[in-house]
Amino acid sequence: MTDHINTESEEIARSLQHLEGPLLPVLHSIQDRFGYIPSESVAVVAGVLNLSRAEVHGVISFYHDFRQQPCGRRVVSICRAEACQAVGGAALAEHARHSLGIDFEETSTDRSVSLRSVYCLGLCACGPALCIDDQLHGRVSCAAFDALMSE
Amino acid sequence: MTALPADVEMIRNGSRGLYWLEPLLEVETDSGRLGFGPVTSADVPSIFTADGFDEQHQKCVGPVDELPWLANQQRFTMARCGIIEPLSLDQYRHHGGFAGLANARSMSPRQIVDCVTDSGLRGRGGAAFPTGIKWRTVLESAGDTKYVVCNADEGDSGTFADRMLMECDPFVVIEGMLIGALAVGASRGYIYCRSEYPQAIDTLNQAIALAARAGYLQDFELEVRRAAGSYICGEETAMLESLEGNRGMVRYRPPLPAVEGLFGKPTLVNNVVSLAAVPEILAQGGASYKALGCARSRGTLTLQLAGNIRRGGLIEIPFGASLRTILTDFGGGTRSGRPIKAVQAGGPLGAYIPPEQFDTALDYEAFQAIGAMLGHGGLVVFDDTADLGQMARFAMHFCAEESCGKCTPCRIGAVRAVEVIDRIHENQDARGNRILLKDLCQTMIDGSLCALGGMAPAPVLSIMEHFPEEL
Ligand SMILES: Cc1cc2nc3c(=O)[nH]c(=O)nc-3n(C[C@H](O)[C@H](O)[C@H](O)COP(=O)(O)O)c2cc1C
Ligand code: FES
Repeated sequence: MTDHINTESEEIARSLQHLEGPLLPVLHSIQDRFGYIPSESVAVVAGVLNLSRAEVHGVISFYHDFRQQPCGRRVVSICRAEACQAVGGAALAEHARHSLGIDFEETSTDRSVSLRSVYCLGLCACGPALCIDDQLHGRVSCAAFDALMSE
Repeated sequence: MTALPADVEMIRNGSRGLYWLEPLLEVETDSGRLGFGPVTSADVPSIFTADGFDEQHQKCVGPVDELPWLANQQRFTMARCGIIEPLSLDQYRHHGGFAGLANARSMSPRQIVDCVTDSGLRGRGGAAFPTGIKWRTVLESAGDTKYVVCNADEGDSGTFADRMLMECDPFVVIEGMLIGALAVGASRGYIYCRSEYPQAIDTLNQAIALAARAGYLQDFELEVRRAAGSYICGEETAMLESLEGNRGMVRYRPPLPAVEGLFGKPTLVNNVVSLAAVPEILAQGGASYKALGCARSRGTLTLQLAGNIRRGGLIEIPFGASLRTILTDFGGGTRSGRPIKAVQAGGPLGAYIPPEQFDTALDYEAFQAIGAMLGHGGLVVFDDTADLGQMARFAMHFCAEESCGKCTPCRIGAVRAVEVIDRIHENQDARGNRILLKDLCQTMIDGSLCALGGMAPAPVLSIMEHFPEEL
């Protein structure tokens, strides 16, 4: 496991090394590949890009997008920003927590689902909005949420 | 998928910004486009009949261009959105695309900058800084390499104009950057796009490939960079740090990015909407843009009407109309049917505006005069059930979450403000804590390094002033 993470992380880092400021593109690619940024990747990326591990770690921890743990098979990202709050976003968020039985920024123990907060999906005229994996949904009532989750 | 009759050609155009009427289906007729909306897939078979389509259908809204909601707009920057296929270079050219670039190519850099200055265009990303002055600074800064960076981080709640442009008319963003590059002498460009917009990133990447194949990018290397979910990275110096591969920490200034920006090189940073306005300004000349608008706010404003509103979407009109016109004539009141309690303008750092101030003109300075801000043009409407005390808490909570941590007033101040607001809500020495909160807000305003800490107090103070019963 560790071996293939090391090898693939190195391949990814080398393939993007030529970019100006390659660190974010490299981290995104690693996360796209593994679903998170494995701790083994940090040393590999640091080595290829000639950075210290602390620098790489500092960048990973700064950005909300980068995860250091695997996430669930489905990632539900609910907009918690103002325009969605104006049309019942908070109630939807509460409903999601209860019905999934997990809090925001958590993954269910069976790893079937992760719940994330996002701040605006650009669907602010059609709130409350959420995103399941890469699929956007607008005007999501609690009933519509249940229907989406049972799909 | 419902099968369409065989002789119907289906085209996926972008959004016109009529979100209240979407999904919108338009049928091209001799007398213009006939609209049907909002349609579901179940409606489709009944819209299309054996010998055409059903004009009497209950979802038919008539000719789309004649809907008052659109007819009362003046689309300048967003003219092609929803009209053309986003990735068709032919349609882009057919609808006036690349005319501005052609003009720019026959002009000197100085003349291009003068044209932008003459237009009166000010930055649409939030700060409303005169675009021409910024362009001149980059032009006059010496550097072996210069950059153009398009700020597509669009983090403000209630905004989607950048997203619409990138998804519905991506070539206009590229053309704006090409003209910027000609004007300041830049050879490389980046579009820093928030990761919450995967479709915009995908569309831009395809558009760049098409533009390159058509020979438009011979002297300019252009790349899209995916951001990573940090609000502060919309602030231009934090964005440059992020592009360089660092934590998104705000930089001290001077130096200005125009002088020492990305990798220390002179860098032109503009918002998507600012850049997208440029091609048409170069096509028509600065004066025609300047003829629109009021006072020092020239040209058109791309408003985004959002939140609890019946007819939300993208409204482009000249500056100067009143906020009330937008809420009533365009918006049609709240979606819930209840009275409007407040409108938050300009994103999470903007003030909450009470109904008494709805006659304020949509103009940068008029908004400033009431302690509010137009910013990127987002208007978020709340009805009378909204708990503004909670919204004030949210504003500070958001600031605390998103602070880059470089300056103390923002990093610590926002955390303390949440605690003080909680104490007020729990009625612990409410009077004393209100005084403390105002004092804390003033410290953040005076002492923060950037506008995140400097303006996060605005929503809080506006709620304290206009809705004292809530905070
Ligand atoms: C906290 C913060 C967030 C910002 N977010 C954005 C953003 O998402 N998009 C944007 O274009 N400008 C944003 N800005 C403004 C930029 O710093 C900068 O003024 C702008 O990109 C310049 O382009 P313009 O002159 O075309 O508006 C933000 C500023 C601050 C302080
Ligand atoms: S505020 Fe929820 S999508 Fe914009």
